[in-house]
Amino acid sequence: MDKLKSETTALPSLPALPGAWFDRKGLVQIGLLALLFLAPLAAHLLGHIYYVNLASRITLIAMAAVGLNLAIGYGGMVSFGHAAYFGLGGYIAGISAYHAFDYSLFISWPLAIPGSDSMLVIWLAAILLCGLLALAIGAISLRTTGVYFIMITLAFAQMMYYFANSWPTYGGEDGLPIYIRNSLPLVDTGQPWTFFLIAFSGLLLAMAITSRMMKSRFGAALTMARLNDTRLATAGISPYPIRLVAFVISAMITGLAGALYADLNGFISPTMLSWHMSGELMVIVILGGVGRLYGPLAGAILFVMMETLLGGMTEYWKLFLGLVLLLVVLFAKHGVMGWLAGRERHV
Amino acid sequence: MSEVVLTLNQLQKRFGALQATRDVSLELKQGEIHALIGPNGAGKSTLIGQIAGNLKPDAGSVHLAGQEITALSVAQRARLGLGRSFQVSSLAEPLSVVRNVMIAVQALQGHSFRFWKPVHRDESLLGPAREALERMQLGHRADTPVSELSHGERRQVEVACALALKPRALLLDEPMAGLGPEGTAHLTELLEKLKQEVPILLIEHDMDAVFRLADRISVLVAGSVIAQGDSAEIRRNPDVREAYLGD
Amino acid sequence: MHDVTATLFFEQLLNGLQLGTMLFLMASGLTLVFGVMGLINLAHGSFYMVGAYATASVTAATGSFLVGLSAGIVAAAAVGALVELLVIRRLYHRPHLDQVLATFALILIFSEGTRWLFGSSPLWLSPPEMLTGFVTLPGGVRYPLYRLVIIAVGVLVAIGLYLLISRTRLGMRIRAGESDREMIGALGVNIARLYTLIFAMGAALAGLAGAMVGALQSVQVGMGEPVLILAFVVIVIGGIGSIKGALFGAILVGVVDTMGRVFLPSLFRNFMSPSEAAGVGSAVAAMLVYILMALILAFKPKGLFAAHG
Repeated sequence: MDKLKSETTALPSLPALPGAWFDRKGLVQIGLLALLFLAPLAAHLLGHIYYVNLASRITLIAMAAVGLNLAIGYGGMVSFGHAAYFGLGGYIAGISAYHAFDYSLFISWPLAIPGSDSMLVIWLAAILLCGLLALAIGAISLRTTGVYFIMITLAFAQMMYYFANSWPTYGGEDGLPIYIRNSLPLVDTGQPWTFFLIAFSGLLLAMAITSRMMKSRFGAALTMARLNDTRLATAGISPYPIRLVAFVISAMITGLAGALYADLNGFISPTMLSWHMSGELMVIVILGGVGRLYGPLAGAILFVMMETLLGGMTEYWKLFLGLVLLLVVLFAKHGVMGWLAGRERHV
Repeated sequence: MSEVVLTLNQLQKRFGALQATRDVSLELKQGEIHALIGPNGAGKSTLIGQIAGNLKPDAGSVHLAGQEITALSVAQRARLGLGRSFQVSSLAEPLSVVRNVMIAVQALQGHSFRFWKPVHRDESLLGPAREALERMQLGHRADTPVSELSHGERRQVEVACALALKPRALLLDEPMAGLGPEGTAHLTELLEKLKQEVPILLIEHDMDAVFRLADRISVLVAGSVIAQGDSAEIRRNPDVREAYLGD
Repeated sequence: MHDVTATLFFEQLLNGLQLGTMLFLMASGLTLVFGVMGLINLAHGSFYMVGAYATASVTAATGSFLVGLSAGIVAAAAVGALVELLVIRRLYHRPHLDQVLATFALILIFSEGTRWLFGSSPLWLSPPEMLTGFVTLPGGVRYPLYRLVIIAVGVLVAIGLYLLISRTRLGMRIRAGESDREMIGALGVNIARLYTLIFAMGAALAGLAGAMVGALQSVQVGMGEPVLILAFVVIVIGGIGSIKGALFGAILVGVVDTMGRVFLPSLFRNFMSPSEAAGVGSAVAAMLVYILMALILAFKPKGLFAAHG
């Protein structure tokens, strides 16, 4: 008995092990990334464009969920309104392309801002504007906690949704097409495989930033804000600015994913802003395993696979999604990653 | 005489019809343990709240090292050097002991908006955290998750967290609560050594510990301080005897 | 000219009141369930839909709106009780995140299940013959009788709820449950049954709202969702857990939303071209209640009538 106890307490003192590529968790993580990369590569080589685009879809939804996971999983902020940033990112890509297409101005006063079909410009704009929006929404919402926070983030996203719906300039409820995919220097973004590589890089970057950041001082403070904000305040660090910054970064990641997602679909509509979108992003985070670096990836693969396979069999596939989700929430709290890679240990 | 570190000056707090704090004044001096005792419902928690910054007094002031802190937040007070421990453990259970203490070191250094350098091999954080743990004789438990600690060890970690802030004053809220006789004796010994470095305002139920540790004692009854003095004076005071031993 | 504006104003005020009373029926159930059980229920809009579908089907089968309406309320209450027994009671002690996800799952199940059973096209439900037509109100405003009846029903329910909570044994238990969950256990009340009852009651009110509004608009899948989100805004403004807050918030949101949609476009016409004004006006009007909510929360983060400290 004593021996067992000393063994369990000795376990966390081996800091070299977690993250090593050869343990179970490491293998699962490498496997997921390899699957996401190799499957579309094979499809590309065999000429099945549909599957390459499907992989891009998984990748971008996963990236949006990586952003949300930073808020929910790492920061303990249950945002039910991340569609606002996903959709805003999408609209920035769409609106910018729209003005670039007919050489009109986005704003003529106080300074003239033309559209742009350069992805780099669009990404920068999406990151900045989503950050600003999240700063405003977060500043108000983070004054509240618990259910209030959930409902307020939901309500603000609905505000964006109804605004897009009733603002006629950019298509209102019909949405806006992006006739020609926005461009990058040197590469042809219209090629599905090229676009997949761009999306995949975005996902890897978002995951790397999350991972690195959560190990830093900021991550330590955010973790403490989630686990016990009294302890954080007692140490002399106000939880509010820590949470707000995390919320903003989370929105920036989701917004960038949204800009890419609009380019993938060649179309943007208020659906990207709807509360179903917020709910689905949340579902992906939870299906994958909340607060796990690879959770959003696992969740997105599972979600899009269900959508594609079940959706091919029945138009009522969301009924089954609902049942699966209900069972996962009630009985399998740790998600796919918990099931595949074991419980997470904080050391 | 020695320097006054923490001063409460005529604090008042009212909740509706209930006067929870009535004209409370007290001082904590360098090198001493000042104990605050009182029967249940005397208003100790309300008073602690006003000292720590969770509650704002209706009137009166709180000074720390000569600076008025009455209107400051919990975090701001901590940055000025007020360390505290809680009656109910406020540690992050899943994290290791040293990670709990490190957050205090990080706060002391004032840099939480750093996004790149990993903390788990940052000696400028680990070193002081380990040192604070050593002072509470917990060095050997540094890498253990808090959830696996005993009740007494958690109390010690709480104090270590407060110590890591290099505080000017410590506010300890019933640190002995729930400890066995052995744990109480151990912690009493540690606090006795500690008071040389940091003065301690000790809120405590365990009278043996209070009488052994405290240089001065204030007795709170129904929101007012009814007596102040050293152990002998408090033991002799008829009002205190009445408040504690019944009508 | 002036008279026309006054008439329009009065008419829209009544429309706002009518929306407000329906929002109150939704919000009161949500806020009771949160206040007593600490549960956030996204699937409340599904009971609204169930009430409307059951009313439409039974009315079509029997030809009587009243029979249909009763069936709608009973169906919503029964579905509510069943959902509480099967799913909701496993969620009371879970984090809000789990509650949100599980009840989001319930929405998917209810919406797709309904689409499966009834198809995607809307069902038709019209108000009973005797409630159609207009009445002339003092001041000469002609107003649809059925809408007035909706307002009256809402007011009656509000009074009924007030009496139930302040005057009856059940109400006493509900109040006890709001202030101290352990205490009602100590009082020997069967908490499990009390919770099922409260949940079913909230569902019945949502079903009533769905049925009444279903006869005004159309009965279709997803009809509960916009109402649900407005009801969330209502209880956040009013203070979660407070019936009084729900009533006040519902009327406020109902009136502001209705008036904004009608009058903002014409307001903007004062300094914009008519087509621009229509676009901007309607877009701003759509956001109005959310802006209102943000303003209120900036000053009162727990809502106007916060029930819990």
